[in-house]
Amino acid sequence: MSSAVTAVSQQEKLIVAGHVFSSRLIIGTGKYRSYEEMRSAHDASGAEMVTVAVRRVPIDRSSESFLDYLNPSLQILPNTAGCYTAEDAVRTARLAREALQTDLVKLEVIGDQTTLFPDNEQTLEAARVLVKEGFVVLPYFSDDLIMAKKLLDAGCAAIMPLAAPIGSGLGVQNPANLRIMREQLPDATIIVDAGVGTASDAAIAMELGADGVLMNTAIAEAQDPANMATAMKLAIQAGRLAYVAGRMPKRLYASASSPLAGVIK
Amino acid sequence: MRVYVNDEVIEVFGASLADLITYLDLPSARIAVELNREVVRRNDWSGTMLHEDDRVEIVHFVGGGAG
Repeated sequence: MSSAVTAVSQQEKLIVAGHVFSSRLIIGTGKYRSYEEMRSAHDASGAEMVTVAVRRVPIDRSSESFLDYLNPSLQILPNTAGCYTAEDAVRTARLAREALQTDLVKLEVIGDQTTLFPDNEQTLEAARVLVKEGFVVLPYFSDDLIMAKKLLDAGCAAIMPLAAPIGSGLGVQNPANLRIMREQLPDATIIVDAGVGTASDAAIAMELGADGVLMNTAIAEAQDPANMATAMKLAIQAGRLAYVAGRMPKRLYASASSPLAGVIK
Repeated sequence: MRVYVNDEVIEVFGASLADLITYLDLPSARIAVELNREVVRRNDWSGTMLHEDDRVEIVHFVGGGAG
């Protein structure tokens, strides 16, 4: 790795309510073909935080502790995936905190089964309750600046706009909205959540000014998840570095890089 | 006496939440429990007695990213 990348990554940690991360990649734990494949992808990604879902335990004595398959050094970020109301999301978050002894929660209140788009109204309602109860709330929401402001006003530690539908792999479909959010909320921690399909998508999200990217399917459904995880790690570093470096302005016409004077006649 | 655990009917007699979890043979370290929609802290399981028609939710963690 070049010294420039090392310098930036050392200067610039991702900080979420006092939790400090060297990696700006957060990854999921679903859809892997095996626990071993998940573990090798997690290791390759360099991610320091992974998200897990809360579900009813089977009461036929068939349960095994999925958490045992995770690298114990990882910060666990429980999520409220699958919840369709603020009330269910709040209950799920409380259960997760009790079991894991962490205040972190990725808040999700889904509004529709086909698109898995968030119900922003219910998300905001749940966020307000959870912040009052001391949770560090990271809400998944649609790419709406006004909702972003309301979630931050409610006390959310970071905001997580989608880039495309969950699991779609369509890539960043909303660069203008993400860029507006970055410019209008310069102090907010913005983590793009959902929609990334391949490494260039992650780089684009970071070039737009995101502080981090959360992904699951793009790695888990790759032919080789560990290699894709490595690609994502590098793409996020490259995208961040490009954002910090500041890109050149776009021009419609050519602009020669060589001097005009002194050309032979 | 009948209680509901994750919507399934379980017959118990004079049991606490801790007894129920032992009976169900669940890995108590990585689960959380709700009784009638309120979380019951781990330390309170043994002192919480079950009553007829109580609704118990017991959850654990599974792989997932979103949705």
